[in-house]
Parts: sequence; structure tokens; C-alpha cells
Amino acid sequence: MTKNLICIECPVSCILSVDIENCRVVKVKGNKCPKGEEYAKAEMENPVRILTSTVLSKGLSLKMVPVRTDKPIPKAKIQDAMNEIRKIRTEKSVHPGDIIIENFLGFGVNLVATREVSK
Amino acid sequence: MAAAISAFENGARDILLLERDQYLGGILNQCIHTGFGINYFKEVLTGPEYADRFIKKIKAIPEIEISLKSFVVKLTKNNVITYLKPGSLEEVKAKAIIMATGARERTREMVHIAGTRPSGIFSAGLAQKLINIEGLLPGKEVVIIGSGDIGLIMARRFVLEGAKVKGVIEIERRTRGLARNVVQCIEDFDIPFYLSHKVSKIHGKDRVEAVEVVRVNEGLNEVPDSKFKIECDTVLISVGLIPENELIEMAGVELDRKTNSPVSGELNKTSIPGLFVCGNAFKIYDIVDSVSKDSSLAGRRAVEHIAGQA
Ligand SMILES: Cc1cc2nc3c(=O)[nH]c(=O)nc-3n(C[C@H](O)[C@H](O)[C@H](O)COP(=O)(O)OP(=O)(O)OC[C@H]3O[C@@H](n4cnc5c(N)ncnc54)[C@H](O)[C@@H]3O)c2cc1C
Ligand code: SF4
Repeated sequence: MTKNLICIECPVSCILSVDIENCRVVKVKGNKCPKGEEYAKAEMENPVRILTSTVLSKGLSLKMVPVRTDKPIPKAKIQDAMNEIRKIRTEKSVHPGDIIIENFLGFGVNLVATREVSK
Repeated sequence: MAAAISAFENGARDILLLERDQYLGGILNQCIHTGFGINYFKEVLTGPEYADRFIKKIKAIPEIEISLKSFVVKLTKNNVITYLKPGSLEEVKAKAIIMATGARERTREMVHIAGTRPSGIFSAGLAQKLINIEGLLPGKEVVIIGSGDIGLIMARRFVLEGAKVKGVIEIERRTRGLARNVVQCIEDFDIPFYLSHKVSKIHGKDRVEAVEVVRVNEGLNEVPDSKFKIECDTVLISVGLIPENELIEMAGVELDRKTNSPVSGELNKTSIPGLFVCGNAFKIYDIVDSVSKDSSLAGRRAVEHIAGQA
């Protein structure tokens, strides 16, 4: 079976043609760089996304602290992750990259701040 | 910031950066999604992270004076700039000026949609600011007009925040946004995407109640009997940006009536020597990496202009 996909790893948005046998990716064509092949494999076997959102702060200079997962999480878990993010309140000053929650939901990724927010 | 840093790197030593907001970074601060920096930093960054790279760099250069909450209100053709700071009105004369005032959103008036004027109609960028900066969700059932990147990004953002996006309506046959944003913002969340459709009317008394959608043919004319209604309480309008260039127009720079960009033979230059424009104010960019790259050139051009005057 051949499936067409659009690579989302960079703005070039290559159209990938993916040969699949027994639920496994055997060949990827159309990618202008190796990331396209990795993306196609992940997309067919275990699609993942970086999640970005905001966390409510308490007593900080900004009401909302923008956050991201430092690595991608399974696409199917995005709403679970959002439900968790909505419960978080953060009170500490942060710099971009500072961890808000370690090993977020046991996914092996950290939820980190993306902007400097002070008291 | 990119232009100021580049002016310094090219030899300027007395640089003033004016920003009306209380933070540096511009529109990037509300663009909390990833998709920035792949070309410039070879990394996948969010808007605030991308801005932070420049903020760190610029704060390490004492020759660049950063003045926040400084709203430029006037510019003249001999490069005198007037700005408001809390409690004072300041005036400076510069040897060269670089305007990086960004863009504003096109509005409903510019796309002509009939109907009432209830509340619940937002530009996509305003909705982005409300959600990402103010922490307010503008509505629960949303229809988005226009499929530029901002519209696509906001479709996903509303879904993540628990709202229902009942459709993205695009009059053209193809999206105006990047294909990757159609995949990760629309298809990932099974949002109905109506290409070759337009919103012909907005219904609602006090609050938006529904929109009327109609299919269009290749000539963008309405196809008979193709009308249908989508109930919603919120309409986002995402039909593009136009360069913000009132100040340079005041100074006498010739602007292209259609695009609002300065009429110019060369990147970043205007009809007034010593007055440069960069970023979205010069032309609308899809990706910030190109803004930074071209704005660096503006910094260099400004320094070259000053050297040529000496
Ligand atoms: C919603 C949205 C999503 C985007 N998504 C992506 C993406 O995924 N990837 C990507 O690479 N790019 C993306 N972009 C594009 C990119 O972010 C912009 O092109 C870029 O940030 C524009 O930078 P700028 O400096 O030209 O303008 P702006 O960031 O708008 O900066 C203009 C600055 O000038 C200040 N200013 C204006 N007038 C005055 C005045 N009179 N006095 C003092 N200060 C003033 C403003 O306060 C502001 O800080 C997106 C843009 C938007 C709007
Ligand atoms: S294959 Fe490489 S170049 Fe093409 S979109 Fe993916 S990351 Fe970009």
C-alpha cells in the first residue's frame, strides 16, 4: 500500500509517498531531507506531536505562562495532556526551558516554560 | 531586534530601540505554538522562545538603549522621531531610522460580509491574544473565516481549550496557509474544512448565532442552491495582514495602495534616504526566520547610509 503524507517538520512541507507493508513503513519517497523519513515512520507507526499551551500563574507578572512539551508526545494523548495542563497553577519565576512539570503524565517528556515570567 | 543587533555588528554605536509594549518580542509573544527558528537557529522553537534568543543577545549589547512603553507618534522626512513615554514626550533626530512596526489584521469591513453586527466576531490575532496572553476563551462554538496560518493555528488552539470549531471557510480552492498547518491543526482534529466556500452572512442579535455559508465557483461567484447554515457563537476572521505604515506615510514615503508596502526598488529601502523599513511592515512574511534575516540587512543598510553621509 502507498500513502501520501505531508511532512510537518519544517515549512517546506514535502509531499511524502510512503510504501507500507504489514503496518510497517518500508520506503519513503519525496522527502528533501532525512527528517521526512523519520516523520513518515512515526506518523504511520506512532504519531507524535509537540504540545504547546499556557498554564495559569499565581502572583506572577504574566497571567498565562506559555509552555511546551520538550519532546513530542503521542498524538492520541493530547486531550488528556490538555486536561492536566488546565489543572496546573504555577507560582515560581521561570526562564524559557525551565521545567514546570517533570516527566509529564509519565510520557518521559518535561513540560517547560517558553517565556521569561517573573514575580 | 535583528536590525538593531545588525546595526551594532556593522559598526553603529549609538542605537535606540523604541517599543510601545512593556515587553520586547512583538507578535511572537502571543504565537506560543512551535514553527519558528528552523532556518535561523536550526531548531524547532515557539514564538516566545525565538524572541528570547534575540532578547538575550540585545540585552548583552550596552550600546543599544532599549526604551519600552515608548509609543512613536510622529516621524518627519528629515528623520526626527517623536515618541510618548509614560510622563513625557520625547524627540530625537537620528542619522538613520529603521521602522519595524509589523502588520495589522485585515478586518471584516475589508472582506464585505453582510448581516448584523452582534458581539462574538473577532480577528484571529485578537482571539490569539485573548487566549494566550489574557487566558480568556472568546467562545465555545467557532467558525473561522479564512485559512491563512493564523486561522489554522487558532482552530487548533480553540479545540485544545475545549471549544468546538465547526468549520474553517476558505473562498479560494487552496489554503493560504502552510500545508503543515493544515495537517497538524485541521486534519489532526477532524475540523471541517470548506474550500471554495464563503460566509455570505452573519446572523445574531446581541451575540453571533449562526453564519450562512455558500459554495463559490471558479469565478468566486455564489453557486445557486448551495447555501447552508452553521450555528455558532463566535466568528474569527483571518483574512490576512497588511503592513502597518502610517508613520512613514506621514513622513511622506510613497506606499503601494494595494499592499500598503513602501514603493521601493530594493529590500528595506523607502523613497526617503536614511529611512528604512523591515519585517512585516515592509512586506508580509510567512516565517519569522526570513524576517530576522532581511532585517539584519536593514541594519547594515542603515550603517552604510550613515557612512555615506560622513
Ligand atoms: C498569528 C501568527 C502566527 C504566525 N506563525 C508563524 C510560524 O508558525 N512560524 C513563523 O516562522 N512565523 C509565523 N508568523 C510570522 C512571524 O511571526 C511574523 O512575520 C514576525 O514575527 C513579524 O515580525 P515584525 O517584527 O515584522 O512585526 P511584529 O512582531 O508585529 O513587531 C512590531 C513591533 O512594533 C511595535 N510597534 C508598532 N508600532 C509602534 C509604534 N508606533 N511605536 C512603538 N512601537 C511600535 C509593536 O508593538 C511590535 O512590538 C506568524 C505570525 C502571526 C501573526
Ligand atoms: S522532508 Fe525535510 S525538507 Fe521536507 S518538509 Fe520534512 S523536514 Fe522539511
